[in-house]
Amino acid sequence: MNQMPEHPLERFLRMDRIPHIWCSGCGIGTAVTCFMKALDEAEIDPDKVVVVSGIGCTGRVAGYVKFDSFHTTHGRAVPFATGAKLANPELTVIVFSGDGDLFAIGGNHFIHAARRNVDIKVFCINNFIYGMTGGQVAPTTPLGARTSTSPYGCFEPPFNLPYLAESSGAVYVARWTPLHIRRLTHSMAEAITKKGFSFVEIVSPCPTVYSRYNRLGDGLDMIKYYRDNCRIENWADTKNVPMEMGSEIVVGKFVDIDKPTFLDYQRGQTDGK
Amino acid sequence: MSTILPLTGNESGAEVMRQIAPDVVAAYPITPQTELMHRFADYVADGKVPTELILVESEHSAMSACVGASAAGARVMTATSSQGMALMWEILYIAAALRLPIVMPLVNRSLSAPINIHCDHSDSMGARDTGWLQLYCENCQEIYDTGIQAMKIAENKDVLLPVMVCYDGFILSHTVERVELLEDHEVKGFIGEHIADHPLLDVDNPVTYGPLDLQDFYFEHKRQEAEAMRNAKPVVLQVAEEYEVLSGRKYGLFEEYFSKDAEYIMVCLGSAAGTAKAAVDELRAAGENVGLLKLRVFRPFPAEELVAALADAKRIAVMDRADGVNSIGGPVFSEIRAALYGRSSAKISNYIYGLGGRDIDIEMMKSVFQDMKDGKYAEEAFYLGVRE
Ligand SMILES: Cc1ncc(C[n+]2csc(CCOP(=O)(O)OP(=O)(O)O)c2C)c(N)n1
Ligand code: SF4
Repeated sequence: MNQMPEHPLERFLRMDRIPHIWCSGCGIGTAVTCFMKALDEAEIDPDKVVVVSGIGCTGRVAGYVKFDSFHTTHGRAVPFATGAKLANPELTVIVFSGDGDLFAIGGNHFIHAARRNVDIKVFCINNFIYGMTGGQVAPTTPLGARTSTSPYGCFEPPFNLPYLAESSGAVYVARWTPLHIRRLTHSMAEAITKKGFSFVEIVSPCPTVYSRYNRLGDGLDMIKYYRDNCRIENWADTKNVPMEMGSEIVVGKFVDIDKPTFLDYQRGQTDGK
Repeated sequence: MSTILPLTGNESGAEVMRQIAPDVVAAYPITPQTELMHRFADYVADGKVPTELILVESEHSAMSACVGASAAGARVMTATSSQGMALMWEILYIAAALRLPIVMPLVNRSLSAPINIHCDHSDSMGARDTGWLQLYCENCQEIYDTGIQAMKIAENKDVLLPVMVCYDGFILSHTVERVELLEDHEVKGFIGEHIADHPLLDVDNPVTYGPLDLQDFYFEHKRQEAEAMRNAKPVVLQVAEEYEVLSGRKYGLFEEYFSKDAEYIMVCLGSAAGTAKAAVDELRAAGENVGLLKLRVFRPFPAEELVAALADAKRIAVMDRADGVNSIGGPVFSEIRAALYGRSSAKISNYIYGLGGRDIDIEMMKSVFQDMKDGKYAEEAFYLGVRE
């Protein structure tokens, strides 16, 4: 009998939910592969992993992974994750969601979880747009970029996410693209084992809406763009890593510091009382 | 002169917004409202409307920005669906209580959880007591006509309340139909100039919106709001009459479709009324004494008029595309039964249907009429088209 060997990552996926919804050339799938490999690298017990997503193309991750997972409402992944972590601090709680979900409608939760240094990990697919709802302008859309609601170009300045994360209090901050699969995997593994609020931004192609509106080609063209335009600069000052249309993209591990988490502080107050 | 175009529900909504040309629109995208805003954003970008369009970071912000702009004296619109409206919740009450005539197309979609993008009325029905008027549409023509009328109703000095124009997600929002449009100047003339009531920008007569209002006057202000909702009923009718003169199309609080002499009457709102009409046609052709009452205006609730219209029915079946999850029945049913209490001997049954976009067809509608004829009755709601 000629049986197909099981794919090494199948044990992390709900195979009955595959094929997934993501378009060909989309970066989300690659990022999920890196995430699975990072769990291996970090040697985490899969039974102690919780994956929380908001709503969006990226939000679908929670439905495909074979862990305890929660597909929450739009923008609320971080507070749901905070609750899960505080209820059972043994868990490794990972938020996997989109830039719109985390920084538009859910932006307030992100900055406060980082400020408190809640020990959760946030992996954000930044495709510069609201992918799922048809490519509307987002708080990450670069100046001048066309979207379905900014047909002549976005005129609002975007967030620089690593800078926002660091200044809000994150202890680990990195940015990669789906070109950098080994580095991205390694950063995810580091974030998973790090104690405290950790943030990995994955700059990611959305060929179906973002690239189409801006004539950036297909998924492969975007990967080539990353190859030609990404500069690896570990420990770069996050102030200096904003992205613009057609600009260089600074990637790397930017922040890795230690400080007490929310639970450390709280236990410090309550221990012995 | 009128223009006839093939338009989806969302495109009809966008035409309403283009012709009304509000001063400010603040919006956040959500399926199935999205295409409405795409089209409107194009109009703004192409300079076809002078609107300030703010693409805010959530629906809570969208409604908040609308409230700010409306209080400042602007003519304001937005649009949303489902979770988007759920997130506006806090500010829906503020808009109504501050008497701000904001108009909002609400593209009906079920509420999470579980997540579902298809049509039911749980979003708007949940907001039925927020102080907003609610007008429901059966088809794309009604979306257009109702949207235009909504602005005039909202801004009437005796009303000054926000209005939701509710239409079924996907079933109408994404379906192309023949839609007859008025000319731009006709709409402008019909709705007139926006004259704001106590605008913040009137610096010679400064006012404060929303200050603390405790035991001294809060109650009186809420009483006035309730009165405004009462006033809205004749205004809806008066605006409908004026609109008929302009367009030739007739609107009222509800539509009586072969129900005046019917023994068995179904009450229904939204696009399912079209399906119900087809069922009534077939049954009438077979000689059966059935009819439909299509509710258009749910807020203000036209209790008196409904009692009169349903007085001679032997049996009434009320269709709800939202479950009250209250062990009594759906919201339309509860209102109708309360209105008829002590004023009708008809047995009234309740059918919950179409949740999360579950299809409803003519045969199912006919089965409801058959149930009435068979005397099938229960205190609790029947669930139509669900796997038990
Ligand atoms: C309260 C609320 N508002 C709006 C929406 C509609 N919505 C679903 S996903 C989404 C944006 C998703 O964008 P992003 O988070 O960047 O993820 P992507 O799809 O690009 O992966 C929006 C606006 C919603 N589900 N809930
Ligand atoms: S729309 Fe964009 S983000 Fe969504 S799956 Fe397709 S390519 Fe990916």
